[in-house]
Amino acid sequence: MKPFTFNKAKNSSEALKLKISNKDFIAGGTNIVDLLKKNIAQPEGMVDVSTALSAEIKLSEKSVNIGAMVRNTALATNSDLLKNYPLATKAVLAGASPQIRNMASTAGNLLQRTRCPYFYDVTTPCNKRKKGSGCSALTGDNKMSAIVGYNDQCVAVHPSDLCISLSALDATVHGLNAKNEKFVIPFKDFHKLPENTPWLDNNLPQNALITHIEVPKNEFHKKYAYVKLRERTSYAFAMISVGAALQMEGNTIKNARLASGGVAHKPWRWYEAEEYLKGKKASEEVFKKASEIATEKVKPLAHNGYKVPMLKGAIELALQNASKL
Amino acid sequence: MSDSTNHSRRSFLKSTAIVAIFASIPTSVKAFYQDVKDFILPKKSILPIKISVNRKVHEINIDSRSTLLDVLRENLNLTGTKKGCDHGQCGACTVHIDGERALSCLTLVAMVPGKEVTTIEGLSTGDQLHPMQEAFIECDGFQCGYCTPGQIMSAVACVKEGHTNSVEEIKEFMSGNLCRCGAYNGIVESIQKVAAL
Repeated sequence: MKPFTFNKAKNSSEALKLKISNKDFIAGGTNIVDLLKKNIAQPEGMVDVSTALSAEIKLSEKSVNIGAMVRNTALATNSDLLKNYPLATKAVLAGASPQIRNMASTAGNLLQRTRCPYFYDVTTPCNKRKKGSGCSALTGDNKMSAIVGYNDQCVAVHPSDLCISLSALDATVHGLNAKNEKFVIPFKDFHKLPENTPWLDNNLPQNALITHIEVPKNEFHKKYAYVKLRERTSYAFAMISVGAALQMEGNTIKNARLASGGVAHKPWRWYEAEEYLKGKKASEEVFKKASEIATEKVKPLAHNGYKVPMLKGAIELALQNASKL
Repeated sequence: MSDSTNHSRRSFLKSTAIVAIFASIPTSVKAFYQDVKDFILPKKSILPIKISVNRKVHEINIDSRSTLLDVLRENLNLTGTKKGCDHGQCGACTVHIDGERALSCLTLVAMVPGKEVTTIEGLSTGDQLHPMQEAFIECDGFQCGYCTPGQIMSAVACVKEGHTNSVEEIKEFMSGNLCRCGAYNGIVESIQKVAAL
């Protein structure tokens, strides 16, 4: 680990003043401390924002605001969220371990880096870690890599579970830029695909600070499911995950939300399948067809062909479980 | 005779010069190396901090990079907390921070002031073991014992959180603590035993 200075910010404006481009913010520390230890992150200084940012969850008539410093455990056990946004609480509980959820922050969850093994192995090329060095996973072990939205510069996947639910629920990311001005980014535009800048995971402005996440009030709290398939029963990143939520009138689907983790560089929404489900009567055949529409255009790599039938099954299962609630 | 005297004087001068050169080069090289290092790498940042561990306050100077785990083990000699993977994957370093389980290997100690840390050493009352420690002994909750302090700290929190309604729930909420000996059944039994108290 390279030496760094350490400052604790009292509030968000002080945090922004302390942060210059070669410094990093630290909140829960569950990802950044690991990256520091492996010399993947080499900041000149760390700015502790753990007491500078809100740890409150505020429910209003239109939406809920989840403060940047709300720890994962607090999010998963909050009674307002359990009642109105259970897809989000379920997704959080599917990730990490109790210890990590006690530490990890909501904003940090959005900003966590990929778990692609080559990103962590500093002896191998990785465009995300070192610009222009190449992508080792493209022709290497890509068992856990993307099946959609990737290019030859990066095939890494986004690791968060919470973000899959926030993407499905059309959340927005609120923050302050380096000039202390407010900004809002719709969740679907927050994370990005690798494009020609695979070292960037998201569209957060430089040196900006996330203050809270807003989730609009919706009718998706009654019929929802989060299916996560991994190499062991618990405490592992997703091979495939599916967040599904249905708004139904009797047996007719009025609206559907379908998002996946473990498939792309960002939380992936299956818009075409959502569109297909609209107005259909819930049935096994309809859910099967939706899973086929979703997986039509995916392109697995050499070692992750297994993800396609797995994704199909996970989508079907999630929709069935959601419709039965 | 005179030849031999000249010879020894010359060799004396030669060897003295060699010794002098060898003595001077490493110092200057070392100094130069230090200058280069200071130019390239920032100097380490030492912070004076005050942390409370097992209800005892410690005032120490730490490198800003220190994790809570390293300070517990290396500075405070509380070696009960174990370093397993050092990357947040095994749970051997689990401690309680303000009563909640956390990973000390992923916690910068500079973020701990103002909080109360409890380690395995702070669980017992004098010679009286914590009920969870007793249960681990009675139920064979360990073999080699390396993961045990982390398991026990996590188990105490698991009971406190109320995640003990079924074997599945216990296993799910203990999934952050790995045991390579495979003492899982004994660990689950220990937790059930304490939860029933």
